[in-house]
Amino acid sequence: MVTCDPTKWLVQASHKPKESKYLTYLRLAEAMEGVDYLREERKKAQFDVEAMKVAWAGSRQAFEVSDRMAKLVANDPVFEKFSKPMLARKELFKNTLRKAAYARKLINDLRLTEEEAKWLRHYIDEPNYTDLHWEMFVPAIEGQGTNEQKKKWLPLAQTMQIIGTYAQTELGHGSNVQGLETTATFDRQTDEFVMHSPTLTSSKWWPGGMAKVATHAIVYARLIIDGHFHGVHGFMVQLRSLEDHSPLPGLTLGDIGMKFGHGTYNTMDNGVLRFDRLRIPRNQMLMRVSQVTKEGKYVQSDVPRQLLYGTMVSVRQTIVVDASKALSRAVCIATRYSVVRRQFGSRNGGPETQVIDYKTQQSRLFPLLASAYAFRFVGEWLKSLYTDVKQRLEANDFSTLPETHACTAGLKALTTAATADGIEECRKLCGGHGYLISSGLPELFAFYVPACSYEGENVVMMLQVARFLVKTVSNLGSKQPVGTAAYLERVAPLMKNNCAVQTGEDWLTPDAILEAFEARAARMIVGCCQRLAMFENPEEGFAELSTDLVEASLAHCQLIAVSVFIQKLKQEIPGNGVKQSLEVLCYVYALFILHKHQGDFLAVGYLTPKQASLANEQLRTLYSKVRPNAIALVDSFNHTDHYLSSVLGCYDGNVYPKLYEAALKDPLNESDIADGIQQYVQPILKQKLHYAKL
Amino acid sequence: MEGVDYLSDERKKTQFDVEAMKVAWAGSREALQLSDRMAKLVANDPAFEKFTRPMMGRKELMKNTLRKAAHGWKLIVDLRLTEEEAKWLRLYIDEPAYTDLHWGMFVPAIEGQGTEEQKKKWLPLAQKMQIIGCYAQTELGHGSNVQGLETTATFDPRTDEFVIHSPTLTSSKWWPGGLGKVSTHAVVYARLIVGGEFHGVHGFIVQLRSLEDHSPLPGITVGDIGMKFGNGAYNTMDNGVLRFDHVRIPRDQMLMRVTQVTKEAKIVQSDVPRQLIYGTMVYVRQTIVADASKALSRAVCIATRYSAVRRQFGSRNGGPETQVIDYKTQQSRLFPLLASAYAFRFVGEWLKWLYMDVKQRLAANDFSTLPEAHACTAGLKSLTTTATADGIEECRKLCGGHGYLVSSGLPELFAVYIPACTYEGDNVVLLLQVARFLVKTVSELGYKKPVGTTAYMGRVATLMQNNCAVQTAEGWLNPGAIVEAFESRAARMAVRCGRQLAKFENPEEGFAELSADLVEAAVAHCQLIVVSKFVEKLQQDIPGKGVKQTLEVLCYVYALFLLHKHQGDFLATGYLTPKQASLANDQLRTLYSKVRPNAIALVDSFSYTDHYLGSILGCYDGNVYPKLYEAAWKDPLNDSDVVDGFHEYVQPILKQKVRTAKL
Repeated sequence: MVTCDPTKWLVQASHKPKESKYLTYLRLAEAMEGVDYLREERKKAQFDVEAMKVAWAGSRQAFEVSDRMAKLVANDPVFEKFSKPMLARKELFKNTLRKAAYARKLINDLRLTEEEAKWLRHYIDEPNYTDLHWEMFVPAIEGQGTNEQKKKWLPLAQTMQIIGTYAQTELGHGSNVQGLETTATFDRQTDEFVMHSPTLTSSKWWPGGMAKVATHAIVYARLIIDGHFHGVHGFMVQLRSLEDHSPLPGLTLGDIGMKFGHGTYNTMDNGVLRFDRLRIPRNQMLMRVSQVTKEGKYVQSDVPRQLLYGTMVSVRQTIVVDASKALSRAVCIATRYSVVRRQFGSRNGGPETQVIDYKTQQSRLFPLLASAYAFRFVGEWLKSLYTDVKQRLEANDFSTLPETHACTAGLKALTTAATADGIEECRKLCGGHGYLISSGLPELFAFYVPACSYEGENVVMMLQVARFLVKTVSNLGSKQPVGTAAYLERVAPLMKNNCAVQTGEDWLTPDAILEAFEARAARMIVGCCQRLAMFENPEEGFAELSTDLVEASLAHCQLIAVSVFIQKLKQEIPGNGVKQSLEVLCYVYALFILHKHQGDFLAVGYLTPKQASLANEQLRTLYSKVRPNAIALVDSFNHTDHYLSSVLGCYDGNVYPKLYEAALKDPLNESDIADGIQQYVQPILKQKLHYAKL
Repeated sequence: MEGVDYLSDERKKTQFDVEAMKVAWAGSREALQLSDRMAKLVANDPAFEKFTRPMMGRKELMKNTLRKAAHGWKLIVDLRLTEEEAKWLRLYIDEPAYTDLHWGMFVPAIEGQGTEEQKKKWLPLAQKMQIIGCYAQTELGHGSNVQGLETTATFDPRTDEFVIHSPTLTSSKWWPGGLGKVSTHAVVYARLIVGGEFHGVHGFIVQLRSLEDHSPLPGITVGDIGMKFGNGAYNTMDNGVLRFDHVRIPRDQMLMRVTQVTKEAKIVQSDVPRQLIYGTMVYVRQTIVADASKALSRAVCIATRYSAVRRQFGSRNGGPETQVIDYKTQQSRLFPLLASAYAFRFVGEWLKWLYMDVKQRLAANDFSTLPEAHACTAGLKSLTTTATADGIEECRKLCGGHGYLVSSGLPELFAVYIPACTYEGDNVVLLLQVARFLVKTVSELGYKKPVGTTAYMGRVATLMQNNCAVQTAEGWLNPGAIVEAFESRAARMAVRCGRQLAKFENPEEGFAELSADLVEAAVAHCQLIVVSKFVEKLQQDIPGKGVKQTLEVLCYVYALFLLHKHQGDFLATGYLTPKQASLANDQLRTLYSKVRPNAIALVDSFSYTDHYLGSILGCYDGNVYPKLYEAAWKDPLNDSDVVDGFHEYVQPILKQKVRTAKL
């Protein structure tokens, strides 16, 4: 792409020698530079922003690592990403390969730790094959490989002498792993597995990095020995020559085409893969849990299969943390621009009102701000949960697994759904300009939405939670519920005692909030159980009532998010005003949900309309408390302008000159008269269309 | 796979006459025939191919759009298409282009705001496209608030000219479609300054580019504002930025139908009632509501067909998995959107009638229904566009992972649709206007009889007092019960807002403070309108076997879905008991089972060609997977086995030579 100098373009169009457009423009830009709306806003903050940054990051060290890596990326011109949306697919992809190689070089040269490398890749902010290699391929070998297999493959993978991906989903099969069609048939004579794609729908489809980069893949396939099916297992399969990178004989490899958005996941080579009886040695089946012997015997090892759950908890914890990051980016952009943007309300020709001062804006924006913090703390808590699970698994204690599994599944669904919707809401909150790519929000949305489908589709997740909840309630007599389901033990009082709130202020007590959410969740679950009992066939009942079950699961998950936030506030949080500001956000989060779902609270009879209305009034008061701190609360995310990549969300609030400048860089502005005007518009204007060659 | 046509089995399940439903959807047999004819004309013409669109760079994309627009115009001229036909043709070409603004905004602005003389001068030029125009209202710093515009038009009596100027950066015209690269003219809205005094915002015809070589005229800076959401989507449109440096235009280029500036610099208001402008507004919003039903129906058509094709879980003894459309969770998300598409279609049809009514009244100088018509169209624009934008994204999610592929059609449909929530009045701003009108209506109840869609407010006393009488799930299958529930909820919410507002000393302050609640009350009112128009539609004769019965099911789905979604409102106002709300929800589940066998036929009734849908997942024959597989290979990345950049940027990593590589 030819670089386009905006000033040159402006001078071109100028016809007044006395005062060029360029000068006018500079004068305007200067005038705007002087006005820093956000500095005024920052003065209003009622808490210590630096301390809040630490609270957001989790610890001072975490903050420092993340901050260092963010700046490393932001200050390196190689990682420029503004032009990304203007690149056609091939160019875009090549550019991504370049960034990934450069990052690899940095990681080596600077001897970055694994933690630092992870942050570096995160701030480069461009999906690519290395994500799959490090987050799926390597962990799969670690988790499912025998010691021998690990010894062979991990050194190759860790030095990237091989690059791997994770090939599970197929053209016709997503969430249901048991439905996969690819086969791995054992051939005793040659001591090999024959990998085959028997149908079109069995084509591996979606794996990132697979189409163009990966040399190897962990392929999930139906294990067949002597015509018998022995479950779905992972197999290490080489895809491409390590010499010339050409696809190996017996397989077909390609990219599955463009995805939502401009840059976003189009920088990733999600692939399609078909096998035509490709043979691999027997020892390339990952055999930690199940083995196939030379003789063709299928043997289960004594490694507990529950170990796999550990990985799942870890992956979902990452997804929740990522949700809080994505949502915080969108909220940061929308909050800063809501302060800059003015609309209506001018008095006597004075400036119009900042849109952030409108209650309609606050009531949409501030709950999202509060959600970003809520999800951040839930993510932090999940980290400790993961550590706990790991320890228990090592001690062969599987008692908390079902609860942990349900809890992480539900929180994954809750946070990703809310984040996807929240990003789009933030885009709308920026008015028309949010529709421009330079606002950063369209790309963020397109980049984020797959999180609702991958690693367990959100509705499927919620149904798993529901299954767990129903089981928990039906076992109440015999089995004590643990962890996030512990409240169900108090189901009798929760069913009976109704809300005691009498004034708006009464809602500002953690206990009142918690009890309301517990009572709502417990009553909805019990309600579902009672209705399920009316069905003769429980599975039929589960299918018939599934939408109600999903609603009950949601209530349960919202309770978890609210109570984790409340727990967080019971700990010490240093910094002037930090805890107080977080308390306000916690109430905003809880009361916003309460208002949004007031139908639930009223339908179960826990609240009276009057109490619901008091909560709503209190919510309005809370918005006024958030208002002065809004900018400081998004500054506390510590996002660089590079990471945000949004003209509307830039730190200094100097939005309009930057928007103007960014526009001029569009390829269409390279010439005054666009390509195609001569051929396709002039004939119309000159009334000669009839003879034109179109 | 070719042999198995899932959808033919589905089509056999249909319980109504699809051809008759097509007529009901189109509005009349003629409308259907016309629309079908144009759809096929476009679909069969290779010039309008659109699959490759998302893979093009911006310049190539724009050039391709200019070509299609020229080809479209050539067809219109050569085939002597009527205005109506041309409109449908442009719709089915399905690619935003400068012609949308020329025909949709520029020409109507001259027609509506120009004097007879001005019309005589400009309309023939515009109608033959000897000039191409756009509509330059919004500015970099100013959107919905027209009174806040900064561009000035200062009258210079010495030369009998206006001087058009952009005094600040934020006054730059920003967004107008067709402005960046194509338009030769624009209707520019600017603050009229005469003798140093401000006289309101008015429209001015300004020439932007030379009719000889298309270069921008002196004093004018014009360009494109850059890329927008989506791959193709609105990137085929040259939304523009425009700055004036003391550009002079003759006095007679101010559109002077309503207000004139004389040679002597006198401001004269004509006797043309200013309310006439509202007529245009009603018209434009009616179009937006009709477009909402089109966009939503496209998304629903794709998601429904693919839900019948796609199977997941539930395999028994190695048999096929369950079609996802058979899952209640899928039905409870999909069928309400299907019902909404029909609901919006019928409310759009009704708005057409409302527009005719308003036009006739305006012609007779009867302005009595204007405030109500204005509020009603504002609210319906907001309601339908928000629900459609959300609905398209929901349909994308309902297609699972494959919905994320551009070839599913849904990402592009979403990206091209969402501006509707912002343009022609931001949706929240519009709901606040509705709320203002509702509050006013309530406060004037004592002496002013509410009309049209607010007539129910006349029965406010009863609506406040009588609660729901439904006792069984079947009790909800009664139009009277449904309408009364929605009326009571809306009335009670509006009255409650009115009471809370009364507690504030300064009403404006109260309005600001309670605005979030007011928006909720406005939504309740607008939903009532859609529900009651659907109910009214069903009171008319609708020919065709099973057509009316099927639509009745959809009407109940639409209403009970809203009731469940907003049950908080119905319970909080005390109209419903939790038991009654739960009965409604039970009934809703039963209704989904009634929709199920008709689902494919109901989306077939939209009569969309595969070209218009632009979706592999939604293709008519349901032969999805082979087509998806085929489409993938067309991506430029698949031009070669070893991709561009591999040797420079991946090989050094594998060979452990990244340290010395040139990156």
